[in-house]
Amino acid sequence: MINLHAIGAIFYYEMARAVRTALQSIISPVLSTSLYFVVFGAAIGSRIESVEGVSYGAFIVPGLIMLTVMTQGITNAAFGIYFPKFIGSIYELLSAPVGVVEVVAGYVGAAATKSLIIGVIILITATFFIDIQIAHPVAMVVLLITICFAFSLFGFIIGIWAQSFEQLQLVPLLIITPLVFLGGSFYSITMLPPVWQTISLFNPVVYLISAFRWSFFGTADVAIGISLAAIALFTAVCIGIIWWIFKSGTRLKS
Amino acid sequence: MPETKTMTQPMISINGLQKTYGSGFEALKNVDLTIEKGEILALLGPNGAGKTTLISTICGISVPTGGSIAVGGHDIITESGKTRRLIGLVPQEITLEPFETVLATVRFSRGLFGLGPNPALLEDILKRLSLWDKKDTKTKELSGGMKRRVLIAKALAHEPQVLFLDEPTAGVDVELRKDMWGVVRDLKEAGVTVILTTHYIEEAEAIADRVAIISSGRILLVDEKSQLIERMGKRSLTIDFDRSLDALPDSLAGYGLTQSQDGTSATYTYDTRAERTGIGALLRDVNAAGLSVRDIHTAQSSLEEIFVSLVEEDANAQSRAGKGEAA
Repeated sequence: MINLHAIGAIFYYEMARAVRTALQSIISPVLSTSLYFVVFGAAIGSRIESVEGVSYGAFIVPGLIMLTVMTQGITNAAFGIYFPKFIGSIYELLSAPVGVVEVVAGYVGAAATKSLIIGVIILITATFFIDIQIAHPVAMVVLLITICFAFSLFGFIIGIWAQSFEQLQLVPLLIITPLVFLGGSFYSITMLPPVWQTISLFNPVVYLISAFRWSFFGTADVAIGISLAAIALFTAVCIGIIWWIFKSGTRLKS
Repeated sequence: MPETKTMTQPMISINGLQKTYGSGFEALKNVDLTIEKGEILALLGPNGAGKTTLISTICGISVPTGGSIAVGGHDIITESGKTRRLIGLVPQEITLEPFETVLATVRFSRGLFGLGPNPALLEDILKRLSLWDKKDTKTKELSGGMKRRVLIAKALAHEPQVLFLDEPTAGVDVELRKDMWGVVRDLKEAGVTVILTTHYIEEAEAIADRVAIISSGRILLVDEKSQLIERMGKRSLTIDFDRSLDALPDSLAGYGLTQSQDGTSATYTYDTRAERTGIGALLRDVNAAGLSVRDIHTAQSSLEEIFVSLVEEDANAQSRAGKGEAA
């Protein structure tokens, strides 16, 4: 039977920490995103022609939201599980009547919720700079929630794997940020030479941004079906790895 | 709250428990131990003896490599959800989220163990541990002793039937230590089974019903505290003379007496298990030697002396076995 009280306790605990660190959790990404809009949207964007029939300022909105929710999802989930490991309070989680479902629902659910809130705030912030039309609002919401959850799962794995704060920063900094930047956040991959277009297709983030951009503008670099399959595969792999971690006790139990 | 299967079975039953780490180090070697409901068991052992590994394994933090453990009649592997609800753990290290308040962290613990809010119970626990006036204080602002109390409060928040206290009073001042002993006695009265590891022998002597001695991953002995002292303890008889003696008479040489530095007393050590203690003969010979006795008093070996003696014996036995194998 699922321990609902445990899920609630972990979720509330993690959300309470976000409130305590609101400046870092919410205001910081909103500020940096606003700067992106000012620099890329207004200053540089005014000199760029529309991309795929969309003004450049509007075109980068899905990419910017993705950049932030992916980074935030990973960071929040990774820190959420790494910190108890670091201070030693993980003993309580390991000795409690909770399994993978409760722990993932609590920690990943809270990290995904925080990312979602930040994503929505960025979307609202974007409306102050540009006029945005959302072609498929329901799909946009579903995709946003799914991607927040998927990358929080990924961050959770990093948090369990990491054995130092340096390792905790390593994957988001050296892998995720480049992948997001090179995944079409600020451009359409159709603007690239054919060779780089092919190489880009090996970047999983391309599919996420493409699908999310489709929900806004109805057009995408990659067919929406392929993008959805890629998102589903990524989520399934993350869930599989977490399930294995809890079953084997790897990096959790001695 | 899961119930124990029957009232007559032990609260914890450990059979052939083994724990070998990936490095090949054997932390627990075929441990058998039975702990009855409502008793206080003190687990004594030197550093690295396997005390914390044993507790961690029962609590599910460490994975056993052999044997079985049942808590309340439930297997800790196949019925982990039930056993974990029965157990509260106070770890050796102070491990608290520094920015969380006392009440919030205790409330979290209760929820984590699958129980709904119970503000009255949490208030009662915090009051018993003299923490109520600190309920809104961040844990980083508390003293070391207070933090230890918070860990106990967290462990009690889900009303466990078994409480593990891993070195609960390490680094705690005498007054607070005695307060904690009071809390442990209250828990025993409430029917909670308490297992504590400690380096303080006086702690085991003060509150434990039974004592288990562990060394190098093996349980050397488990016995009632009083019976252990009675059974294994050496008793000493000190005779105070009315004057200082340069040397004891030759007629007393066979008793192995130890003379005090000032020469005014002599101590005779005897085994309480021996059929003849030799006290009568000694007193007769003292009298026959013309010595005037001013006072006589006896003393019992402490648990600490028994503990040290057992661990040393075990270390010597292992050393001899190692040499035998090498030969």
